[in-house]
Amino acid sequence: MPEHSILQRAHFEQLLGALKTRGYRVIGPTVRDGAIVYDDLNSTDDLPVGWTDEQEGGTYRLKRRGDAALFGYVVGPHSWKRFLHPPAVRLWQANRTGKNIQIEEEKHAAPKMAFLGVRACELHAISIQDKVFLGGSFVDPLYKARREGAFLVAVNCGQAGNTCFCASMNAGPKADFGFDLALTEIIEGSEHYFLAEAGTPLGEEILQELEHRPAENIEVEKAGSIHEKTAQQMGRTVDTTGIKDLLYANMEHPRWDDVASRCLACSNCTMVCPTCFCTTVEDVTDLKGDHAERWQKWDSCFTADFSYIHGGSVRSSTKSRYRQWMTHKLASWIDQFGSSGCVGCGRCITWCPVAIDLTEEVRVIRATDIRTKSMAKETDDGNTGTNPR
Amino acid sequence: METLERILAEHPFSRDLQKPYAELLVGCAANVRFEAGEFLFREGDEANQFYLIRQGIVSVEIFAGPSGQTTITTMGEGEVLGWSWLFPPYRWKFDARAVELTRAIALDGKCLRAKCEADHDLGYELLKRFALMVEQRLDATRLQLLNVYESHA
Amino acid sequence: MNLMPENEVMPAAPHPMAPLPFRVQRVRRETRDTFTLELQSANGAGRPSFLAGQFNMVYVFGAGEVPMSITGDPADQDTIIHTTRSVGMVSQAICKLKSGDMVGLRGPFGTPWPVEEAAGKDVVVVAGGIGLAPLRPVVYQLLADRAKFGKVVLIYGTRTPADILYQKELAKWRSRLDFRVAVTVDRAPAAWRGSVGVVTTLIPKVSFDPQRTVAMVCGPEVMMRFVARELEARGVEKNRIYISMERNMKCAVGFCGHCQLGPQFICKDGAVFRYDRIRPLLGIREL
Repeated sequence: MPEHSILQRAHFEQLLGALKTRGYRVIGPTVRDGAIVYDDLNSTDDLPVGWTDEQEGGTYRLKRRGDAALFGYVVGPHSWKRFLHPPAVRLWQANRTGKNIQIEEEKHAAPKMAFLGVRACELHAISIQDKVFLGGSFVDPLYKARREGAFLVAVNCGQAGNTCFCASMNAGPKADFGFDLALTEIIEGSEHYFLAEAGTPLGEEILQELEHRPAENIEVEKAGSIHEKTAQQMGRTVDTTGIKDLLYANMEHPRWDDVASRCLACSNCTMVCPTCFCTTVEDVTDLKGDHAERWQKWDSCFTADFSYIHGGSVRSSTKSRYRQWMTHKLASWIDQFGSSGCVGCGRCITWCPVAIDLTEEVRVIRATDIRTKSMAKETDDGNTGTNPR
Repeated sequence: METLERILAEHPFSRDLQKPYAELLVGCAANVRFEAGEFLFREGDEANQFYLIRQGIVSVEIFAGPSGQTTITTMGEGEVLGWSWLFPPYRWKFDARAVELTRAIALDGKCLRAKCEADHDLGYELLKRFALMVEQRLDATRLQLLNVYESHA
Repeated sequence: MNLMPENEVMPAAPHPMAPLPFRVQRVRRETRDTFTLELQSANGAGRPSFLAGQFNMVYVFGAGEVPMSITGDPADQDTIIHTTRSVGMVSQAICKLKSGDMVGLRGPFGTPWPVEEAAGKDVVVVAGGIGLAPLRPVVYQLLADRAKFGKVVLIYGTRTPADILYQKELAKWRSRLDFRVAVTVDRAPAAWRGSVGVVTTLIPKVSFDPQRTVAMVCGPEVMMRFVARELEARGVEKNRIYISMERNMKCAVGFCGHCQLGPQFICKDGAVFRYDRIRPLLGIREL
């Protein structure tokens, strides 16, 4: 059983200090523009102290909590891909002199970043993006540098949101791998402390630099019951049994037309999704035409340009784009990378302007699976007289 | 020298005909030969026969005014040319011209028409073969219209 | 001036998105709108070796980057040859390149045609339009090692005689007794003495043993679909037919996500696919 320590809230600032002393840029949750976003933290005061978020399909609201919890919310519109796989990255620059072109690879910054408050679902999301950028025959060296320089402080969720379903995706709510340090925030009356667990030698080293004491069994149990309670609170669920085959077999399901009638193809879901990795490249030149740059920018499978080949877009309808997104996330991702592309964080539901809910879409498709439907029809035609009920 | 019987028995069109029908076909068949540039038939002419091509290339053309001849399709060894003899008003709708020296078996359609009327089994057998051919040629023409070499997705 | 903070490090490996410099040796016009480009390495590193069927990403300064299949001879050690149609903005810029101009090149990428697997078998190569370009390296290899294969057939269809690529080379190939070359066009002026009809109509007419044939097909998707169907009708097994797919490609290394077709990334799982593996996906519209 891993060693657990107790870190008092009063000493929490020491964690930020220890990270900064080691040269880390500390990034974590903070309140901005009516949401909890990830940004640079100067001190514990920048954390969303006493704030929580209320989420529903198409709805996100900040609310005051009755206590001074530092991590008493679920997840906001940002995810860590913003830092590991930034929205816009210059890949190289080129200069032209006469007939010669000199291409210079970007001297890329790989700042040491410490992420404070990484949720279990987000740890899973990071490991999923690792497979995309590091796990194949080609490696993205910029991602690799950022990833290797990152120190992850996980904070287990003390509550689940209405759009959460990480438990269904086996991606939470308790951080079980991939962290340097994992914390569970415990508030009881005037007591406010963190149960801490190191996941790496570096995490252990940093923990040792903080004022802490070994945890009592009862404290470990308390944290355990928080994790259990959170798992029970999931606002959404998905039955993932045979989901790949289910979606592959239902590519022509009428439900896609139904979603398409609601979907605005705004691409919000892909922007907030912590695993969506698609990018486009933009080649730009200055006005003189002697200097060119290539930028990699987040892209979305919901745009018409995304699938453009000479002659038109392969996916010209919204129906085909939503189907691409959802079947990629939940089905073809499994063939491509060996796991689901969904971690159940619920962001795509919360931030969809028309509250499209993929858990609901899966449920409807499962209930009206084309395969069972055609089987039922055969039975009807065959006049076997069996009553399905 | 090859007999007509043998040639018909080997041509894909008539390969597996029942013996009585094959014999009947031989009775309506004649060996023909066209030099390069020679017309097998021209648009508007009476359509009284069809051709089982044994060798060479025949182009089916339409005269399209100032742009001249436009070739719709070409046919070669093992193929069948002409079905206008089957349907009123029994006139050719296109030109057919030998692109190079062409050898074929000409079958008397006028004679076969009468025999098909008299023996519907024979008629069914021949129409089945022609219907398949028409279907294949219609499919090919559809693809030709599509411009499959430039279209996408 | 050093804007880099102290803790920055250079990535160890070169970024797979960074092109290498190549110099245009020659640009040849093939047809009204297609051009062939001969490139040589401009940094003394020589050209990377490639397999028939692979592609490069070609960058034109100021215009952008596009995937282009490699159409040269894999045995030619210094030249990289591409043929492209002047359609998009980048391809148009490529077609305007002059000898001595510099371009950026990344690659080669993608899966090869199954030339090795075809040893001892009949080989049927079916191309449509510019689809002959990625298949030309296959022809070079088949002819270079002709005794290794059974019958070798090239079936090639284009819109008009003016759209036929590599005409001189085709004439040379046609004169060989050990290589059957059948060309057909959709429309032809009276002077055309060859075949008229869509490419599928040639499949039943040429001689090969379908039971021991490997077929490699390249052209627009719709053409490949019908060609594969005709090959199957002739008796060629689905798992002996290979086709080359096209989708939007931005990175060619599996990062950008654009070229997905169901679970497949065309850039790294293809572009050459075994037909039986890709066929279920071709039936789904707008996939």
